[in-house]
Formats: sequence, structure tokens, C-alpha cells
Amino acid sequence: MNLAARIEGIGLVGPGLADWSGARDALAGRGPFTSSPTVIPAPDALPATERRRAGKCVRLSLAAGLQAAASAGRSARDMGAVFASSTGDGENLHAICEALASDDRLLSPTRFHNSVHNAPSGYWGIATGSAHAADSLAAFDASFGAGLLEAFGRIAADPRLPVLLIAYDAPYPEPLNATRPIPDSFAVALALASPAHSDRGALVSLEGAREPPTTMDDEALEGLRRNIPAARSLPLLALLARGTPGRVVIEYLDGFPLEAQVGT
Amino acid sequence: MRPVLLSAFTMTSCLGPGLAPVRRALREGASGLAPCRFESVELETFVGEIAGVDETRLPAGLARFDCRNNRAAELGLAQDGFAAAVASAAKRVGRERIGVFIGTSTAGILQTELAYRRRGADDGSLPADFDYRRTHNTFSAAEYVRERLGLAGPCAAISTACSSSAKAFASASRLMEAGLIDAAVVGGVDTLCLTTLYGFNSLQLLSREPCRPYDAHRDGISIGEAAAFFLLERAGGDADSIALLGAGESCDAYHMSAPHPEGLGARRAMEAALGAARLQTGDIDYVNLHGTGTPSNDASEDQAVHGLFGDSIPVNSTKGMTGHTLGAAGAVEAVVSVLAIEEGRVPGSPGTRTLDPQLRARYEIAGAPRDVRRVLSNSFGFGGSNCSLVFGRLRHAA
Repeated sequence: MNLAARIEGIGLVGPGLADWSGARDALAGRGPFTSSPTVIPAPDALPATERRRAGKCVRLSLAAGLQAAASAGRSARDMGAVFASSTGDGENLHAICEALASDDRLLSPTRFHNSVHNAPSGYWGIATGSAHAADSLAAFDASFGAGLLEAFGRIAADPRLPVLLIAYDAPYPEPLNATRPIPDSFAVALALASPAHSDRGALVSLEGAREPPTTMDDEALEGLRRNIPAARSLPLLALLARGTPGRVVIEYLDGFPLEAQVGT
Repeated sequence: MRPVLLSAFTMTSCLGPGLAPVRRALREGASGLAPCRFESVELETFVGEIAGVDETRLPAGLARFDCRNNRAAELGLAQDGFAAAVASAAKRVGRERIGVFIGTSTAGILQTELAYRRRGADDGSLPADFDYRRTHNTFSAAEYVRERLGLAGPCAAISTACSSSAKAFASASRLMEAGLIDAAVVGGVDTLCLTTLYGFNSLQLLSREPCRPYDAHRDGISIGEAAAFFLLERAGGDADSIALLGAGESCDAYHMSAPHPEGLGARRAMEAALGAARLQTGDIDYVNLHGTGTPSNDASEDQAVHGLFGDSIPVNSTKGMTGHTLGAAGAVEAVVSVLAIEEGRVPGSPGTRTLDPQLRARYEIAGAPRDVRRVLSNSFGFGGSNCSLVFGRLRHAA
């Protein structure tokens, strides 16, 4: 097995988690966690036309991704990207389904192109100018783990190219919310580089695990972990926030958790 | 990259169930496109609809997955002994050592479109029989395939619009090379729904007749549906076995729904695929184009293909046979590419009549017997997502 990478930078946008540096103490258990509705930064990196068209997932992923690239001291233009999300733009989907169930089925072109799962990836390319490969994956509740494997697989296959993993989820409006409740928007981004080409940041290696997933001590953070697929990342983030070596088990597919070993 | 063995494959589309009708269509240049009679759609266009999807039943234990998209997956998995080949591989390497990577653009979104017509009069709620996770969600087709085949390894849906199932090959290959898995089921499942039909209509990209890639009068795409699957393995096979030799990916970083006018992203994907296979342009005997039949897509891809290959290599698009199967197109055209090698034949391009004189690559309308050792296949999608795959026999690997 050869799935290892250095985490050079981290981006975070979530309820009560405005950014990575502000969230570190709460995640490390050094300070209290106070939940408050997620505030998604404006997508200033996009040209005006795309900025007007950008939905919640585009803004979420852009904010977290750019935060991670900046904290890694890298330009996103020079990085590959892996996007992972359980859902897509729920408000856009709801509007499409309402229109298609009505007598007037005409959709707008923007609604349609925003409906693809890789819309955040497309907008990301326009915002950052990165022409490197980008993936968009979905694995329902296992989406963060799927993105992690994909991103580590990319690092193994092409060690020269750093990769941003951006995992995000946003709530659906009703009536879809009742079938797939996601309490609030959340995005995490990890700026990854091959250990062969970088000695900055924590060294993380991945493999399949046999134990149950690591949970969060704080009840509210554990609620986020359980209810937002991208927040399945929280135990890993907590370990990284503590800045100590160790291991966590990340919830992935049923009966197939992932173990992340964090070194120095 | 190390070549990855294609140890079993199958495809079900408007041409019919399994590989036999595809082989026939490749020899005869047949098309499965017909005027759109799908559901309640009122659009003047042609579609490639799979016959028998609505009559297909899922196994009793998987009834919660029931929707048109998973019925297409079920119908597809039942052909050409594919499920048996996977079961045999699972015995050899272990079911937790086989990954599942399925490309789709819309999965079972049709189920949600239909459910929105049955919302509660009081509270607007969706009907109680609607199972979001196992029908609508992007992951549903991948999860269905994994459960249906009894596999227990890593699994993901790849959803990058029309490059989805081509990129599934690349994702699986990387995790095989990293040693996480020994084999993978990859493929694409995408079926007709109102979102894509009315969506492409909103972009004025639907052809009013069967699509005509590279034709001077081409006016858009014909949407198709398909379920196509491959079993990839790290080891085994002999010199005659056909393998994935290379995969290359790029992003346009240009526009959400329009390709880069000079095809720069497309060209980078092809160059990366050749590089991964350690091959030169002259090693390729046929290019299966993305070739959707819209004026701008074909013009952009032609710039890229002619820029790289000149006019020395036969190229064409087989979307006139199957329609554009969107998230399944990469896997469908991987099947076409592999059959071109097996049959020693460049397929034809039904629908195309008069070549656009502005396009310069060596587009062949009629199929012809030829020594096809290696094929490059292109898949490009919304969001500027590009993927090229190179296939060939192991003895023709670099």
C-alpha cells in the first residue's frame, strides 16, 4: 500500500467554524465549541458573470479550497483538485424539479449547467485558472472517505502534482430536506503533497481499518460529524489541530472504515 | 502507468442488450436512435432509448433501489456473463479487494422528477415510497452495482458530466496501482430523464434529427442512455489480452458549458493519455472522438485532434449509433474502442452525410476493416472536464 501525503494546508467553513485557524482550539479540545449558522464567504475570486451564477456549493468549495491553498503557501493554479460531495446544489435542483413538474418545463441554461455534480469544479477552474485534472465524486455518507482515497491515489500516481481535496455539503430546501436532512453547510479542504516532494505539514497515510470510527468528544461537533458527510473529516481535523502524531478511524462505507495514521 | 487488463466487459444501449448488437452495429453502421417518445416529453428530437428497461425487475433484496436508472444497471449487469466474471474474480482476490467506480451524470433523478408530481397537497412533501438515497442520489448507481455484485471494496460515483465514466477508469487504475485493490468494476450508467432533455433543449443543443457528428449541417446532440461495465484487473491475461494502456485528464478552466474554442484542454488530455501509455501519436490507429454533433464541440475537438494527429489517422464519432449517453459515454466508447481492436475494424459514423469542410481531421464516415492495434477515446464534459483513454493489446503496450 502506497497511500501517503503531507497535509500542507487546511481550509474549513462550517457551523461555528469560520476558518481553520479560528477552529483549531475548539477542534483540539483546548477551547469551547459554539455552534452558529455557517457563513459562506462571497466568491470574490470569480469573474462577475460567474459570481452572479454561483450557487451555495460553488461558494463553499471555493472558500475552503482557497483557504487551504493559501495556508499551504501554494497557488491553486498549480494544483490538481478532487471534489467530493454527497449532494449537489439543492436549491437549484429543487427549482428544476418544480419547473419539470409544472405545465411550463422550460429551464434556464444556467440552471441546467449548475445542476451537474461537477459545477463547483468547473467554477473552480474558471476562478483559479487551474487546468490540471479535477475529479468530482459522490459516495453518499462516505463521500469524504471516497474523496480522500481519490486524492491520495492521485498523489501516488503523480507525486509531482500537489492536490487539493475539497469536500462539501449543503442542505436541501424542503421537501427534499425531509428525505435527506443536512443541518447546515460545511466544507473542508486539504492541500496535499507527496512526501517525496514536500516536508511541510503532517504526514498522513491511509489504509482500510477494522475498528469502528473515531467519534468527537464534544457533543455538538459529534452531531456535525454524524449528520454532514463532509464533517466525517472532523476526527482527522481534531488530530491535526492537536498537532500530535496518532491515528483516527474515519467513517467511510459500511463495514469499510479508513484508518489515517498521522506522523510528523 | 502500468497497463490494466480488461478481463470482462459488457454494454447495453439503444442498440440492444449486450455486446452482440454492438458488434453488429459496428459492422453494419446501424443506429439505435428514434424519435423521442420518452415519458411525457414533448420535444422534437431523437433519443437512444434502451428497450426493456421498464420491464426489468431488481432482485427482491434490492427492491429499495428500484428506479429506471438502476433497472438499466441491472439489465446491463445481466449480459455477456459479466456478473459471473466478477464473482469469479471475487473468489480469486477477495470481495473487499474489488473496487466499484461508476460514472453517471444524473443517476436516478427521474425518480425525483416523478415524485415532484406527487407532492402532498397540504405540506408539499414527497411521497412516502420515494427513496432518495437509493434512487436519486448520485451514488445510487454505484451503490447498486456494489451490492448487486456482492462486493465490499472501495466505491464511488464519478460525476463529471459527460467525462464521468471515462474518468472512472483512471480513478480505479490509480487505486489498483497504489495497492488498495486488485481489481475494479468500472463503468457508466446514465438514463433518460427530463432534466437532461429539457436542459440540453434550454441550451439549444438538441438536434431535431439523428445527430450528425462532423457534418456540415450538424445541429446538436441526440441523447442516449446506456449501462456499460468493465472488470479491470492488475494481473493475468496473455499478450493478446486487451488493456487500458493510458489515461489522461485535464480541465479547460474556461467556461461551464462551452468547450475551449481551440480545444486546448482536450489536447492536453490526449497528450497526457499518450504520455501515461508512453506512446506517440503515430502509435494510435483510430481515435474515437467525443464527437457530440454540436457545432462548437466538434469544431473545438477538431482543433485539438488535428493539431495533435494531423490528418494521418482515421477518426470518427459513434454517437450516431448510440446517441450521447452522457455520463455513460466514456464506458460505452471504451467498449466501441475495444471491439474495434478485437474485430479489426474502424466503425462507421451513421447519421453523418456531408463532412464539414472547416474540420480538418481525417474523419471516416464509412466503417472499414483495418489493423487496429491501439485506440484513443475522448470524453469531454461540462465544467471543462476532459478525459482521454488509450486501449490496446498487451503485446502492443510500450
